[in-house]
Amino acid sequence: MSTTAPHTHDHGDDAGHDHLHEGLVVEDDVGNLEGQQLADALLAVLARRGILSTGEVTLEIQNIEAPGTHLGAKIVARAWVDDEYRQRLLENGKNGAAELGIKVGEAQLVVVENTPTLHNLVVCTLCSCYPRSILGQPPSWYISKAYRARAVREPSAVLAEFGMKLPPGTAVQVHDSNADMRYLVLPLRPVDTEAMDETALRDLITRDSMIGVAQALAPSNTNPV
Amino acid sequence: MSRTSALPVRFGPGAVVEVLDLPISGHIRTPRYVRHRRGEVVQFCGCFLNPEQLSVGDTSGPAVPLYRVRFRMKDLWPEHLGDDADSLCIEIYDHWLAAMTTPQQPPSP
Repeated sequence: MSTTAPHTHDHGDDAGHDHLHEGLVVEDDVGNLEGQQLADALLAVLARRGILSTGEVTLEIQNIEAPGTHLGAKIVARAWVDDEYRQRLLENGKNGAAELGIKVGEAQLVVVENTPTLHNLVVCTLCSCYPRSILGQPPSWYISKAYRARAVREPSAVLAEFGMKLPPGTAVQVHDSNADMRYLVLPLRPVDTEAMDETALRDLITRDSMIGVAQALAPSNTNPV
Repeated sequence: MSRTSALPVRFGPGAVVEVLDLPISGHIRTPRYVRHRRGEVVQFCGCFLNPEQLSVGDTSGPAVPLYRVRFRMKDLWPEHLGDDADSLCIEIYDHWLAAMTTPQQPPSP
């Protein structure tokens, strides 16, 4: 029998963590962020007085969350077109990024490669560790308690809710980013992209595909004829 | 800043290990769902200052070896319904691991 007492969370584990965002990871039992009510009230007052619009707020959230994703996409696109680079990247992610002039600020970067029989998914169960240097700020669902708890326990169900159905015979490998490594998923290169160059390929590589909750986009999704 | 001393690296890829359930609290990075579970070391990641000490401002070291350990999902979650080959990798610091020489079923939770 386990000696551990029943518990509902490990927030004590977050004490002393030095990431600026960590204050956000304080949720009540239904998963609401503490501070959300304050933000909502403030936004309502400012909007009512015509000082800002909700569209401006949405744009600003995108600005905060967006920077960096293109760096991850640059790494993935190079790995798709250059087998030797891909091998070096899988060997040492930080050095691989550095080859492209991309500095990974986190301790180490582990690149995990999707194959036709293995799909990788990244989560941080204890807080919200994320390769910010190359993907920017994590999406809010990534730091939600629901994702953190369920991704390690029922990854296939989580993937299905993201709209991903893996072919039978594809195993899932979950990576709990709990300590000093950070993880980047190298998604499968979509079919019918042989004619595309490295720059065009970058547009197929989404943030979600580099966390592992989506595949890279099909070419038709970005270049409708 | 001078490099702190590092503890010996006990495991390499392929080593079978069991995660301990150490009676410590604070800034621990070993979640409960892997404790008492048996897995296989897939990578030695290097030596890092112990976050349990770092979180209270103690940078004296020594640095602790860190490993990526892979578990079969069905060993973590008895009710696992997915593919038998489904797995999970997580980073575990050396002092949370016990060496295992003979394969054995993990105890029931």
